[in-house]
Amino acid sequence: MAAERKIRILIGKAGLDGHDRGAKIVARALRDAGFEVIYTGLHNTPEVIVETAIQEDVDAIGISILSGAHNYVFPEIIRLLKEKGADDIVVFGGGIIPKDDVPGLLEKGVKAIFEPGTSTGDIVKWVRENIKPRGL
Amino acid sequence: MLFNREELEIIKQEKEKWDREYERFPKRDVTFTTISGMEVPPLVTPADLEGFSYLSELGFPGSYPFTRGVYNTMYRGRLWTMRQFAGFGSPEDTNRRFKFLLEQGQTGLSTAFDMPTLMGYDCDHPKATGEVGKEGVSVSSLADMEVLFSGIKLDEVTTSMTINCTASIVFAMYLVVAEKQGVGWDRLDGTIQNDMLKEFIAQREWICPPRPSVKIVVDVIEFCTKYVPKWHPVSISGYHIREAGSTAIQELAFTIADGIGYVEECIERGLNVDDFAPQLSFFFNVHNDFFEEIAKFRAARRMWARIMKERFGARNPRSWMLKTHAQTAGCSLTAQQPLNNIVRVAIQALAAVLGGVQSLHTNSMDETLALPTEEAVKVALRTQQIIAEESGVVNSIDPLGGSYLLEFLTNKMEKEALEYIKKIDEIGGIIKAIELGFPQKEIADAAYRYQLELDRKERVVVGVNKYVSDKEIPIPTLKIDDSVCDRQKERLKEVRRMRNSSAVRRCLQAIATAARNGENLMPYIIEAVKEYATLGEISDVFREVYGVYRDPGYF
Repeated sequence: MAAERKIRILIGKAGLDGHDRGAKIVARALRDAGFEVIYTGLHNTPEVIVETAIQEDVDAIGISILSGAHNYVFPEIIRLLKEKGADDIVVFGGGIIPKDDVPGLLEKGVKAIFEPGTSTGDIVKWVRENIKPRGL
Repeated sequence: MLFNREELEIIKQEKEKWDREYERFPKRDVTFTTISGMEVPPLVTPADLEGFSYLSELGFPGSYPFTRGVYNTMYRGRLWTMRQFAGFGSPEDTNRRFKFLLEQGQTGLSTAFDMPTLMGYDCDHPKATGEVGKEGVSVSSLADMEVLFSGIKLDEVTTSMTINCTASIVFAMYLVVAEKQGVGWDRLDGTIQNDMLKEFIAQREWICPPRPSVKIVVDVIEFCTKYVPKWHPVSISGYHIREAGSTAIQELAFTIADGIGYVEECIERGLNVDDFAPQLSFFFNVHNDFFEEIAKFRAARRMWARIMKERFGARNPRSWMLKTHAQTAGCSLTAQQPLNNIVRVAIQALAAVLGGVQSLHTNSMDETLALPTEEAVKVALRTQQIIAEESGVVNSIDPLGGSYLLEFLTNKMEKEALEYIKKIDEIGGIIKAIELGFPQKEIADAAYRYQLELDRKERVVVGVNKYVSDKEIPIPTLKIDDSVCDRQKERLKEVRRMRNSSAVRRCLQAIATAARNGENLMPYIIEAVKEYATLGEISDVFREVYGVYRDPGYF
């Protein structure tokens, strides 16, 4: 029986923001839940995140932002994915993102924004239900 | 000893009886541990403190080992400094907030810089896109610093600046602003965080790898011992270690280990321990678990005193004193039901005061949502004022000293933190340990463990995993105007146009040469900022000479 390919997720930190507690916890929780996780480490540009995502052939990108730059970073990642024809990669995120900004981000194509206080169980569940291997 | 041998025997026997009774009754189905997972006994008696010596473990406030406080009079002499961290948008915006806080009775300034400033990029750098003025004030050149402190006499305030890999540059700008105000450097009082070790461990803002980063830290310390004697050139910080998810013991251990690291590097530089140690200062987190936190401050003072005296042979009592700032735990605040945060902050602030801190920042209730509004900051400051002037806890020094539980916890935390320090010594010191990722991995493990406890509801966060409300009442939040970035870029353009560019080039070159020769960089950086060389340009010199550090991405 051919093993089904594991879902691969890139967890990324964009911009100069150094708050990585949440990103690392989510990366670990997803790995423990059986997903393949690539963590970019800190201080990446949207370009590097998108390039890495494509190179690593991931199914989704999860971005953690606590710096207030979310209105720039998310739309930029989505724009670059489109430009490279990889907009079937799902983008989701979390961090300090004011409620008022969430509808705008969803409209621009972010699939989900997780607020502070979300349990890792809820994120794992959401990923299971919403992320499918690409090209299937 | 607290009790004579005979009485202690009786206490032990009685305690055994009590234990048997206690075992018979049902207990609530929860774990009785601190928020860090430390076991707390149901009852502590003198039997748990056998051999405890008042004189050697506690002593008196203002005397070795300073467990009960660094000053003889503590808050009867002077209250702690109420220092609210502030910074957002343009230097004009933050200057206005500073003046507001001073008018509200705040006694010291504390500056938050935005991410580009903290990471060594000017506001017009592509990497700064979207981040200018967002998490703090934007400073690219001396021109911004002049606006930031305009109308504030630098010898009449004490200023703290939270900045690290670019601390040398921003501090140089501050010195030049003072000079322009006619204030001598010997009259400047304040603190620059300048703690790179904890950046690699936890806060994660850096330019170069650990060793050259620490070299620049030591440059600032050495410079201050000579020219800015009242200044605290480094604030050895556990705050960010805790925010990254460490336990209280890890915070204590890694902070003291960082302190040991700096002392060793300064001695290596040829400095005499008593010439710089009195200027070292500390910065701890103050989290929810009340007694654990109070014990942490007391253990920290005792540990540092013993380390400075015994390990480093410091003779000046001021070298033994651990003076500390504290900030309530940002990571303990919840986005849900934000008004509850006022209560959390009050409990944490009370722990800091009972722990004997020298200055305190109380977080605002809205800080999980955005930078704080003026109204939220006011409540946070009032919290400190209520503790100081209404609660009465300031009347007697170290009022919980002698509590069986507190002394038990203080001893336990010291012991366990010393085990970590021993391990770090065995690894070959804190820099080596950081290069191997030891503290980083320990903290990531603790953070993950804590998150799983929350997810399993073994640990309660009110409003998040228990007592959840469906209807959230929104509170107003501060919005940073996107035009800040354009205005900052405009000023920077003007600076670049007006300055003497050949002088700037010469100054940058001089920094590079000094760096290659291993000289103290401070005098060269001061000359450069005077010529309006920018923060980004000077950081580029660091990048060029020392290389760039990349996050190994442990998780």
